Parts: sequence; C-alpha cells; structure tokens
Amino acid sequence: MNKNVERLYNGIIKENPTFVLMLGMCPTLAVTSSAINGLGMGLSTTVVLILSNLLISAFRKVIPNGVRMPAYIVIVASLVTVVQFIMEAYTPSLSASLGVYIPLIVVNCIILGRAESYASKNPIVPSIFDGIGMGLGFTVGLTSIGLVREFLGAGQLFGFQVLSLDWFTPITIFVMAPGAFLVLAFLVAGMNIIRKKMEAKGKPLPAPSGCLTGDCASCGQSAMCTGKKPESAKTE
Amino acid sequence: MSDLYHVSSSPHVRDKDTTSRIMLYVIIALLPASIFGIVNFGLHALVLILVTIASCVASEWIFEKIVHKKSTLNDLSAVVTGLLLALNLPPTLPWWEAVIGGVFAIVIVKMLFGGLGQNFMNPALGARCFLLIAFAADMTKFTFDGVTGATPLAQLRNGEEVNVMDMLIGRTAGTIGETSVICILIGAIFLILMGVIDLRIPGTYIITFVIFLLLFGGHGFDWNYIVAELCGGGLMLGAFFMATDYVTSPITPKGQIIFGICLGVLTGLFRVFGANAEGVSFAIILSNVLVPIIEKFTVPKAFGQVKEAKKNE
Repeated sequence: MNKNVERLYNGIIKENPTFVLMLGMCPTLAVTSSAINGLGMGLSTTVVLILSNLLISAFRKVIPNGVRMPAYIVIVASLVTVVQFIMEAYTPSLSASLGVYIPLIVVNCIILGRAESYASKNPIVPSIFDGIGMGLGFTVGLTSIGLVREFLGAGQLFGFQVLSLDWFTPITIFVMAPGAFLVLAFLVAGMNIIRKKMEAKGKPLPAPSGCLTGDCASCGQSAMCTGKKPESAKTE
Repeated sequence: MSDLYHVSSSPHVRDKDTTSRIMLYVIIALLPASIFGIVNFGLHALVLILVTIASCVASEWIFEKIVHKKSTLNDLSAVVTGLLLALNLPPTLPWWEAVIGGVFAIVIVKMLFGGLGQNFMNPALGARCFLLIAFAADMTKFTFDGVTGATPLAQLRNGEEVNVMDMLIGRTAGTIGETSVICILIGAIFLILMGVIDLRIPGTYIITFVIFLLLFGGHGFDWNYIVAELCGGGLMLGAFFMATDYVTSPITPKGQIIFGICLGVLTGLFRVFGANAEGVSFAIILSNVLVPIIEKFTVPKAFGQVKEAKKNE
C-alpha cells in the first residue's frame, strides 16, 4: 500500500504535472479563467486519466509494441467521449464554458505521458493510484491558477463576489490570456522557492525526471519527442 | 608619471557620459512636456507623475533588497521609467492603478529579466500596455477642461474635423505628456544636441508612417490629416523618447533603420486598420521583441573581414 501512497505524493507534489513537469499547458492556460473552470477541467481529466491508466495497464501485455500509440489513443478517445457526453447531460454550463478543451483531453500530454511512462509498465493498482495522483495534481494546479485569476480579474472566488465592486476595480487582464501566463509564471516561481527552501533544510524534493534533467528514457513523450539530445537518441 | 604608465584592460579611452548622466538628460528633456501636462490637466497630473516615479523607485529598491543585489537607484533609470510611464497615463487615472503600473514596469518587465540593460521591452510601455488591458475603461477615459471626450485621434478616425494648431500646442485631450508636440520637440532637440539620441530611429519611423498613411490612409495627400495623425496620440513621445531607448532598440545603424520601418508600418497598421485609434505603444513593444532578430541579420562587417565563402554541400 505504501507504493500507492507514494504514487499519490508523486503526482500531487513531487512531479506535479502543472508546476513541475509543465505538462498539459494548453488547457492550463486556456480554461483557468475561473476556479470552477479549472476544477471542472482538472476533475474531468482525472476521471479520464484513472480509467485510461486502468485499461492500458490491464491491456499492457496484449497491446503490440509497434501500434501502442494508436491503441492508447483509441482507449483515451473512447473515455473522453463518454466523459463529454456525461458532462453535456449533467453539467451543461460547465461543458459550454470548457468548450473544445474537453474533446482535446484526448491529446493531453499528461494522459499519454502517464500511459507511456507508467501504466504500460506497471500493474493495475499502482497505475490507478498514479492516475489519481497525477489527476489530482493537475486539478490542484488548475484550480489554484483559476482561483488567483478569478480573484484578481473579477473579485470572485468560485463565482461568489468577495470583493465588492463598489471599491474594487477588476484587473481584467487576469481573466484574459496574458494573465494566465503571468499567474502560471508566478505560481511556478513560488513552487521553486518552496523546493529551494526544502533543499536548504536538508529535505530535498527529488528532482523531476524527464526533459528537465535530460533523462529521456523515463519520459512519456520520448517516442514523439524531436528535441532530444543526440546521445539519448542513439540509445533509443 | 602614473597617468602615462597606467596599466589596465580595455577600454582605455573613457567618455564622460555615464548611465546616470544620460538618464539625467532624458529627465531634463521630458520636463517641458511634464510641466505642460501639469498646467494643462491640473494637480492630479502632478500627483500621478510623483506617485508613478515613487512607485518605480520604491519597487526597484525593495526588489534589490529582497534578492540581495547592489542598489542601482543611482543610475536614475527607475526615475526615467516612472516619468515616462506617468506621461503615458490619462490624467484622470486613479493613483493606485498608476502604482500597480510602476511595480509592473520595474519588477516584471525590468528586474525579473536582469535589470537595466537586460529588459526585452521598454518597461514604461510594457506597463502602459498592461494597464491598458487591465483597466481598459480608466485607461481610455480622457478628460480635458473638465469634459470627458474623444482624443483628436479618435475624432479623426470618426471623420470629424480637428484643430491642428491646438494639437501642436497641446490644448487637447490625451495622456499627460503626449498632447503638446512643441514641448516634446523641445526635449527631443535638447537630446539630439546633447548627443543622447540620433535621428535615425525617429526619422525612419516618422517617414515610414507618413508613406504608409499616403498609401493606405484613405485621405490621399491631405496634409491636414497627415499632420494631425503625426501630432496626435503618443507618436511624437514614442518616436523620440521610447523607440530610442538604448536597451530595447538595435545598436547597428542598418538595424535601427529596419527598426524604424517596423515601427512606422506597425503603427500605421494599428491606427488605420486596427480596432483602436491609437497603436504607438503596441507597435513599439512589438518592435522591441523583434530587435534580437533584427540585430542578428545586421551584424556589421568588421574591418578587413572577408565574406565567408559558401560551404559546399
């Protein structure tokens, strides 16, 4: 069971997909104009991620290596279609505000990345927990960006007006595209400060693997990556 | 003796110009426009100028304290940034929005990229564009003589008649420092005489813009229209004081001409075909971003250098 807890910790803090791995930037920047949108996007991605990790892990010995990418896409796309229909049925307003980004979960880097780097190599239960951890990490990232943007850009938290418009002038840039980049940059910077502080205390957070360290072997995008270093490309 | 045998690494010949001296010249050159702005728009303009400068200086000082860097307040660049930003604000802007602009200019545009000399775009204009998007309503509300009205540029765009003489003197609505073309030109001539700026960037900018207007402005050779477009909005202030910023403009002569052409074409595009009447600040920061590419392609040939023969493929 310890390994499962480790997976959760890994997904939410150590390799947080938004703040540490920098995966799935497109929905991160596009839909986080409010906390509700961020939460909705995060949770729907989490559901797809858990189920896709489950299925891919279950089929990992059946799927031939040469066509694994198409196979993953088929699995993920089916799950996304299901989630999309459910959202359209039960949360039509959220579905409308997330728009095209729900079908785009199919090509979300996090989902394919976890399929390639974890679920295809590990048993079912740890894969499920990996999906939960990564999904919650993504949800935390998106919700916190959404919270900051909504608070500064509209004076609201989860749709409730907390700053009275009588004296507060909304800084509208934060609910627009440039605000997404600014808030993301500052939250990542804050995360890096926390990492540094923990390192100084002697409790270093293990460095993330993947592109940040040049370790291509454990990276989910390795098969599609075109920016690899020559040395690691040779070993492929 | 010691002068004769002084041993050091290059440069051996030093000019008396220092960063703070040049910044001081720029401040002096901006004084006529600032004073006219205060006279024209009243006390709140003075408050805005002081608050913006204070905000820039304070954020530079605090940032350098936090990251344990040597204080660079003495080079006066924060004061120049604050003054330029204030001159680019409408006179009725709430003071706390000006403070946010100052913090954005110094901390985000300048210090986070490494301080003076490293910023990739003009801090004052970066902050102006930030404020323009963040507080669109306040940043486009122009009051003159107690009446909130359109700027001459907006009137021109709507096909109304404008008084070019008023625009030259500056008795029109607009931001604090942009209205008086005469005051800006006095400052610009002072800077040119002191050798701080040369005419290459402003000259190409204005000429390109005029050509663009003649071709696409839709008014043909209507000099009244062209002079009004030149004197309206931030074009003069931008051309002489912001496009010529050493850090964010090319250093090669050929590059400066390309930079000026970029500015003229972009300003023309924004003003003639864009959604707003004004586009100088966006044109300048967009061209700022192009500067590294421009410089890469205009590296001058060193003395004696032979063009490298093309390698056989």
